[in-house]
Amino acid sequence: MNLDFSDDQKLLQSEARKFLEKEQSLQRSRSVLDQQQALDTDLWQQIVAMGWTGIRIPEEYDGLGLGHLELCMVAEELGRSLAPVPFSSSVYLFTEAVIKFASDEIKQDLLPKLVTGECVGTLAITEQLLAPTAQNMNVTVAGNTVSGSKIAVPDAGIATHVIVLCKGQKGIELRLVELNEDCNVQKQDTIDDSRGHFSIDFRNAQGRLLGDHGEGWALLQNLLDQAAVMFSFEQLGGAQATLDMATNYAQQRFAFGRAIGSYQAIKHKLADMYIKLTLAKSNSYYGAWALSTESAELAVAAATARVSATQAFNYCSQENIQTHGGNGFTWEYDCHLFYRRAKLLSLNVGSLATWKEKLIHGLEKTQPTNAQQGV
Amino acid sequence: MNFNDTEQQAQFRAKCSAWLKNNAQLTSQTSNHNPHGKAGSPEFLDASRIWQKKKFDAGWAMLHWPKIYGGLEASPLERIIWGQEEAKFNVPRGVYEIGLGMAGPVMMQYATEQQKQRYLPPMAAGEEIWCQLFSEPSAGSDVAGLRSKAVKDGDDWIINGQKVWTSGAQFCDYGIIVVRHDPNLDKHAGMTFFFVDMKSPGIDIKPIKQITGGSSFNEVYFNDVRIPDSQRLGAVGDGWRVAITTLMNERLAVGDANGVDAAEAFEWAKGQDDHGQALIENRAVRESIADWYCQASGLKNTKLRTMSALSKGDTPGPEASITKVVSANKLQAIGNFGIDSLDMAGMLKTELSDVHDFHNAWLGSAGLRIAGGTDEILKNIIAERVLGLPQDPRADKGLAFKDIPSGS
Repeated sequence: MNLDFSDDQKLLQSEARKFLEKEQSLQRSRSVLDQQQALDTDLWQQIVAMGWTGIRIPEEYDGLGLGHLELCMVAEELGRSLAPVPFSSSVYLFTEAVIKFASDEIKQDLLPKLVTGECVGTLAITEQLLAPTAQNMNVTVAGNTVSGSKIAVPDAGIATHVIVLCKGQKGIELRLVELNEDCNVQKQDTIDDSRGHFSIDFRNAQGRLLGDHGEGWALLQNLLDQAAVMFSFEQLGGAQATLDMATNYAQQRFAFGRAIGSYQAIKHKLADMYIKLTLAKSNSYYGAWALSTESAELAVAAATARVSATQAFNYCSQENIQTHGGNGFTWEYDCHLFYRRAKLLSLNVGSLATWKEKLIHGLEKTQPTNAQQGV
Repeated sequence: MNFNDTEQQAQFRAKCSAWLKNNAQLTSQTSNHNPHGKAGSPEFLDASRIWQKKKFDAGWAMLHWPKIYGGLEASPLERIIWGQEEAKFNVPRGVYEIGLGMAGPVMMQYATEQQKQRYLPPMAAGEEIWCQLFSEPSAGSDVAGLRSKAVKDGDDWIINGQKVWTSGAQFCDYGIIVVRHDPNLDKHAGMTFFFVDMKSPGIDIKPIKQITGGSSFNEVYFNDVRIPDSQRLGAVGDGWRVAITTLMNERLAVGDANGVDAAEAFEWAKGQDDHGQALIENRAVRESIADWYCQASGLKNTKLRTMSALSKGDTPGPEASITKVVSANKLQAIGNFGIDSLDMAGMLKTELSDVHDFHNAWLGSAGLRIAGGTDEILKNIIAERVLGLPQDPRADKGLAFKDIPSGS
């Protein structure tokens, strides 16, 4: 029985934490937001130099050849420090898709460049102001030519490549597009401008097929299941940071002659934050186990982790503002940075409602094991 | 990460499982929910005694105890493994948990060696049942507000007062009790701890009828009950310190609320009609079940994290403190869901459906949210002990107990 990370993995986490603190990741995030810069290029380059983009890339492609568990540890720290870098899009989504679905030729070309940062990738799914489905995809592929528009694509400003969900002759497929003059990339304003999001118009852009014709939607679901676990670790890190902020503030802020943390209204609020965070953490560990062992339970485990992590970070970040009172509503305090990021992360790979539906759908396909294990 | 036992753990689990298979029936193979009789009935008590004695004779009853008192000196993890295996079997539960879980550790820590040898083995064997006498009519969450008096008389103490919410008092042989020996001292300084023979003259036990209709709790009246000073546990005035060890144990370790869970709600929703389609197709129902599933899974995986720490020889973190507050509230929500799913007919106590499981959850959960530490007290404990927030300012500090405002 070992539902925990190894000492080496925890060491990697603690090194990541020290690095991001030293580099003032949180302050950099504020600065990106203030100046609408989409990302902090310097921090990103340092992260690349540390080898984190190659954590999961096999050594034969110049990567570190480590596993998803190491990635989860780094994710937690990126979430805690709101790192304004294109890590989730390029690593959890793009790199994973290349590792899992691309031909050897593409791997030989792109994986070493993802390690060095020469290649940065992202994933383009959404087209309209509604949840994407296999039926409402309108970006088309004819031959190898991709046309149409995507919106809310993370990090397309720095990305060199994008995987595009397209409608082909046999159904949905994944196309790997190199971002060039055939792709018009425009920055979009979002609720969290510390992370850049973009629209892309594809005008007869060349796209190479990943996987098979017609299986794009299924591949996407698998990719999102995997990514959801790593996103949940970012959410955990953020939720823990807001609980820590709220706890510190409640100890130091006095009202009516006593620390506000001595009032049960505040205690119970913070206890609720702790409860939600603990449930999310335990479920995320379960998700990490399913991910790292390629378990058949991944779909259910990932949805469980994702739903609880979204609930935890949303709740913790919102109640952190409430605990800070009027100060929490100022631009000056950091509370809103977490509130924004919590909401952004809760949407990035699909909303709470979407993942609850995935969870129930997963349970309908498999018998739940929870009730039977008697643990 | 893995969910596998080590070789040693697997061997231990196999040993537990083999013994259980020879001595009990798997729940999955029994059709009757209550093969041992209705909880609280004489048949149930008999079945409980027989099962406890069987376990004791094989060493399983209190497997973590020293061998001289009938244990196996098992590790905390082995104790969990035993619990997991026993949970798969349909065995009578509920009669011994409080005595063994609360009186056991206190006796182990504070009784004399002679007393331990006299009382611990029959306690573990189920030959003598123990109860806990802490709460009083005016001392619930604020247990230290208790007023039952102890007055020294020669080698005895004379006890007068009333205890309440005493589970199983009607069939118990002994109880652990904390009483006030000096109301002129500070609240927490004026208490002393004893164990008492429940058959002593002057003890009067009256069952409390609960909202479920059942009576698992009692009021216990003490009229000039004599307790020998030799049955004092800890020094005079140490009562609170002795009590708090067991209370913390109870408040933090009270486990999952038994009853319908996310899996049962899911199965129920698949079988119920909702305006011509299966209830599970209803979007609101799907979202609710997803919430409960995540909570159930979160609690399960929290336990697995605790086990992982024990397995490595580490001290587990405070995560388990969330268990009761989450599971009791989840049970209440699921109870409401099941009943409401039958619309106007949900009120009916009928054998035509399994709705009684949801009725039981709905009524029982209201008590579970209070027993063993209310939601509010548990959240205070999380806030103060886990997060390190300051205590509330108190109106009872630095006052003699008799001078503390009581509202009456």
